[in-house]
Amino acid sequence: MALRRFLNGNEALAEAVKLAGVEVVAAYPITPQSPVVEKIAEFISKGEMESEYIRVESEHAALAACYGAAVTGTRVFTATSSQGLAYMFEMLHYVSGSRMPVVMAVANRGMAAPWTIWADHQDSVSCRDTGWVQLYVENAQEALDTCLQAYKVGEDPQVLLPVMICLDGYTLSHTEEPVEVPEKEEVDAFLPPLRLPVALDVENPVVFCAGAGPELYTEFKYQQQQAMYAALLKLKEADAEFAARFGRSYGGTVEPYQCEDAAVILVTMGAVTGTAREVVDGLRACDQKVGLLKIKSFRPFPAQEIRDILSRAGAVAILERDCSYGYEGALCTEVKAALLGLDGPPKVYGFIGGLGGHDITREQITAIYRYCLEGVQPGYGTDHFLDVAGARDEN
Amino acid sequence: MKIKDLPQEELVTGSYACAGCGGILAVRLALKVLGKNTVIVTTPGCLLGVTTFYPQLAFKVPCVNITFPSTAAAISGVVAGLKKRGREGIKVVGIAGDGGTVDIGLQALSGALERGDNFIFICYDNEAYMNTGVQRSGATPLGANTTTTPVGKNSRGEDRPKKDMLRIVAAHDIAYAATASIGYPADYLRKVAKAMQARGAAYLHVLSPCPPGWGYASELTVELARLAVQTGAWQLAEYEGGEFKIQKVGREKPLSAYYALQARFAHLV
Ligand SMILES: Cc1ncc(C[n+]2csc(CCOP(=O)(O)OP(=O)(O)O)c2C)c(N)n1
Ligand code: SF4
Ligand SMILES: [Mg+2]
Repeated sequence: MALRRFLNGNEALAEAVKLAGVEVVAAYPITPQSPVVEKIAEFISKGEMESEYIRVESEHAALAACYGAAVTGTRVFTATSSQGLAYMFEMLHYVSGSRMPVVMAVANRGMAAPWTIWADHQDSVSCRDTGWVQLYVENAQEALDTCLQAYKVGEDPQVLLPVMICLDGYTLSHTEEPVEVPEKEEVDAFLPPLRLPVALDVENPVVFCAGAGPELYTEFKYQQQQAMYAALLKLKEADAEFAARFGRSYGGTVEPYQCEDAAVILVTMGAVTGTAREVVDGLRACDQKVGLLKIKSFRPFPAQEIRDILSRAGAVAILERDCSYGYEGALCTEVKAALLGLDGPPKVYGFIGGLGGHDITREQITAIYRYCLEGVQPGYGTDHFLDVAGARDEN
Repeated sequence: MKIKDLPQEELVTGSYACAGCGGILAVRLALKVLGKNTVIVTTPGCLLGVTTFYPQLAFKVPCVNITFPSTAAAISGVVAGLKKRGREGIKVVGIAGDGGTVDIGLQALSGALERGDNFIFICYDNEAYMNTGVQRSGATPLGANTTTTPVGKNSRGEDRPKKDMLRIVAAHDIAYAATASIGYPADYLRKVAKAMQARGAAYLHVLSPCPPGWGYASELTVELARLAVQTGAWQLAEYEGGEFKIQKVGREKPLSAYYALQARFAHLV
């Protein structure tokens, strides 16, 4: 029987790492990620987990060490936040280009300057184009479940890509919730041992990450893109199998809620989805036709699914915790692009909020919904910043 | 270690290194002692550039290429992974240029040395960033003319002495560390063998002349590698059991004998 326990997001991830039989962990501490690697260290110290733990001297080294361990054919894990993720940037591309199925948790935190330790998605969204599968979760249970699925999908022979699990710092990383922790045997049945097509072997020497001329480089990069598309399917499959075994589903790539007949659909990633869900419930109780689309997979981007779900709505409001400075929220741009060419597309409104740990309240989300209902045509620069003192206050 | 007892088999062949490359010689010689049960971890630099461009496989042992700052960090990962695979007998050998060792790779190296992982790190020192066009590094000697320390009205070349890497690694109190020169192969190979026997981390820093970078004719590589030691420009030394030993080689010569053969010191002689 699966145990129901009170765990925060970090602890839930540590449980998942233990259940997944991770063999090598390399990590460097940073708030709010630290508890996950502390917990793993504790598991190892108590003999509950048999894993090599490399206490590296930086995040760049953490990912390099993960890479080194991965080429030997071992299952690896690391975790970081914000500045640490930025420090890894070079290695992010390296790991994905080498097609090593490393799994990393990112306890999302805003980027300095100014210094902040609180959550937004700027850190991971800035790494959108590094070739990592990026999955955003809504609660601690989803963090645990997604971690198990991340290994399943990342290690699939048709995928072989690293996966980033993004959870909002503090809101998810440090908030305890009831979490069902599956049994080891159940997880083993879902997640087979890692079998890399090519692993380090002195009998059969190969070069890991050789140099390539322009023609071959392009071939490699094309394959990387194909692997991302394969991941879209595999995420769906893994979610379906997970649902069958464990009774929990998150849609794999996107999770629509009350979207069928919705006139207005809210689009979110991560923890704020929970708040938005409550708002939708409240408004539905007052006969308002509102829906919610959670984007779980930011990369690969499930454009077709998003297009299908949003095409029936009159208006779409994207609420995100990041900004592509000089334009709008990154998710907003992506969703707009997914809707391009539709006959009578919904109006799209972008909202940026929850930066550097700012709360996004139910009242704000309700106000966003009302704003969309009025049907005002958004002009250039739909990047409505929430919470800005003295700025235009459309909400 | 007698040269004539070395195996005939080459574990690095068909590289694109320049004629007279001291670096590739250092690697070739070391592999003759290290043998096939070896994994190389290396980073951008001439070595990677001349050995591992797809579909080339100049190494007959596995080679893990990694980002420039990360040789030693990747080593720790490979060591941990092999341990989990039950393949601890495989020797993990990091090889990096002077730039990849004493500059950008120093933090990772310090971390791995401090962690006490079981590996050998070989720095082939050609005293500048050769792969990117002879820019100075922390291992460039005082006075050398490089593309980022060009000699001119206001500059007499590199204005700082070479970083003392042996003492830096020794400060980590590792099992074994030594300097060497490809001009003294028997001494170098003895040190590689000693590094293999060491429990924990061992470090070798081998002077490896570079004809285009230093500005000399390629047939002079070995002679320069000897002259460097005979003139005191480079010292052969070992660190073991907490003690440094400086080796005497005899045949002392004035520094000018070494400088006069190299374009990078032309403004000094
Ligand atoms: C992070 C990063 N910065 C810079 C470079 C460019 N780069 C590649 S090789 C190299 C110089 C290598 O010098 P060294 O380690 O001394 O080896 P050598 O080429 O001299 O053999 C530099 C600067 C890089 N690849 N990565
Ligand atoms: S430039 Fe120097 S170090 Fe590089 S391959 Fe040529 S000789 Fe060797
Ligand atoms: Mg060099």
